[in-house]
Amino acid sequence: MSVSAAHARGRSGPWRPAAGHVFVSGYVVLLITFGVAPTVYALYLAFTDGDGRFAGIANFIRTAQDYRFLSAVGHVATYLVLWLVTLTVLVLVLALVVHRLTSRWSRAALRFVYYVPGALAGASSVLLWLFMLDPSVSPVDGLVRSLWGGTLVQVIAPGHLPWIFTVIAFWTGAGGWIVVMYGALNSIPHTVIEAAKVDGAGPVKTAWRVQLPMLRKWIVYMLILSLAAGTQLFVEPQLVSQASFGVVGTDYSLNQLAYLYAFDQNDFNGSAAIAMDLLIVALCCAGLFVAKGGLFDAD
Amino acid sequence: MRTDPTAGVARVVGRGLITVLLLAFALFFVLPMVWLLLTSTKSPADLIHGNPLSPGSIGSLVTNWQHLMSFQDGAVLTWMTNSVVYSALSVALTLLVGIPAGYAMALMRFKGRRLLLIVTLVVMLMPATALVLPIFLELSYLGLVNKMASVVLPMSFFPFGVYLTYIYFSTSVPGELLDAARLDGCSESATFFRVALPLAKPVVALVAFFSFVNNWNNFFLPYVMLPNSGNYPMQVGLTQMLAATPTFNPVVGANAEVQPPELVLATLVSIAPVLLVFLFSQRFLVAGLTAGATKG
Repeated sequence: MSVSAAHARGRSGPWRPAAGHVFVSGYVVLLITFGVAPTVYALYLAFTDGDGRFAGIANFIRTAQDYRFLSAVGHVATYLVLWLVTLTVLVLVLALVVHRLTSRWSRAALRFVYYVPGALAGASSVLLWLFMLDPSVSPVDGLVRSLWGGTLVQVIAPGHLPWIFTVIAFWTGAGGWIVVMYGALNSIPHTVIEAAKVDGAGPVKTAWRVQLPMLRKWIVYMLILSLAAGTQLFVEPQLVSQASFGVVGTDYSLNQLAYLYAFDQNDFNGSAAIAMDLLIVALCCAGLFVAKGGLFDAD
Repeated sequence: MRTDPTAGVARVVGRGLITVLLLAFALFFVLPMVWLLLTSTKSPADLIHGNPLSPGSIGSLVTNWQHLMSFQDGAVLTWMTNSVVYSALSVALTLLVGIPAGYAMALMRFKGRRLLLIVTLVVMLMPATALVLPIFLELSYLGLVNKMASVVLPMSFFPFGVYLTYIYFSTSVPGELLDAARLDGCSESATFFRVALPLAKPVVALVAFFSFVNNWNNFFLPYVMLPNSGNYPMQVGLTQMLAATPTFNPVVGANAEVQPPELVLATLVSIAPVLLVFLFSQRFLVAGLTAGATKG
């Protein structure tokens, strides 16, 4: 940070206007290769047939008429609603409550405890939860039996899955977000909170009127990421299907259906069409969040 | 109002409810982890007949470990090594490329900045299949499928990390500080390395951490790219073990290769590196996130 050393290097005049471009160049290469190009290619596939001829929306119509399509849409939509609502409400409530605790030790301990399951995601967490949900070995077998049934196959019946996936996703993901929100709460200046207190605002009012609005960017960020992850449901139903011995099909989620189209039916065009459906939904929701959240304000 | 005794009662009741809420969630988050640790020390019979939350024995743990290591001639060790190599390489690339990018997007003015932000956000939302399948076609054209690069390169593209860096720099590092450095004659690169980067340690740690966890847990990409069992990362390997466990696949019956406690131990092994990273970095992560330059 020594200023004189920086002086000695002098101004690098000529490339200065493009300095930003140099900084982002590596990322842009990756973005084009693994982001933009595949997206464009997927678009191309979605609107052409197997021989590369323009097919209009034929792929979309064909896949949407597949008997598995609508039920997969329903499954993913139910899960998303449950998951996003539970996540937002509980993460914010827990972060706010933990943040208000007076004991430094319990604040740190609770954050840590909530956060640790984040180490388990993907296949590991699904495996662990298959055990948790198997009444013959579960430590909470009484609860599982009374909620969902006495055998593993009854428990993981298709109707229960949106709830089960919500529980798994919350268990692995919520802690990380609680820590993020807690950090963001810390960054709100004390003077602002004090001012609210002086104005007679209680803890609830302060949270609602002062703290939550200041967390807006982070909440939007959390919702977008969770939405993106949620539409891509794959490993959870895939493993549950494997463990349910065929009761749950391998076409439970849209992502699984897209996978089946590509690698089972060798129909990359249909697969791309389903992926585009997912993208459109995700983009619409994200656009809504962004418009409400002011994410692009350069400040 | 302030001295009203009912307000005092309400406060005590409120405190009680809050304590119950916090403890209930603590139990929810912790119980499965405790069960996982305990069950890896049990024999298959203990698992079915014993109390779910009682410990097993060191002997059973050793037996489980030996069975696990001999599964498919030491496949577990190969899968773990693969996971470590894939994840570490991707994290290094992600940081190298992503931190300067997020910084520039937040604090530098250049043509295309807004476009880059929007494209980043759009790509973040792309469903995995939508990207993975065309990437598969792309890489198979280049002859890279079933090679390490086919997972390392796509994983090192981590728009979430860039976005996180962007948010951090745009909210927690005051632009004036950097303007001051520039006024003092710092070049853009000197400003970045000497002023911005030291302030950005928390977000660098956070991005490294998230990208490591993400890469480690990535299932779909290696599932598609690496058809050979010898190249599987641990997460994909686990599904093979699941298929060989009698509880979850009645067909394998009594001759099962994997007993349930061994699968539990495999799950524990599969998360051990991430868990270690968690334990060692949690102080830093938890404390550092937004306690950056603008300490209010």
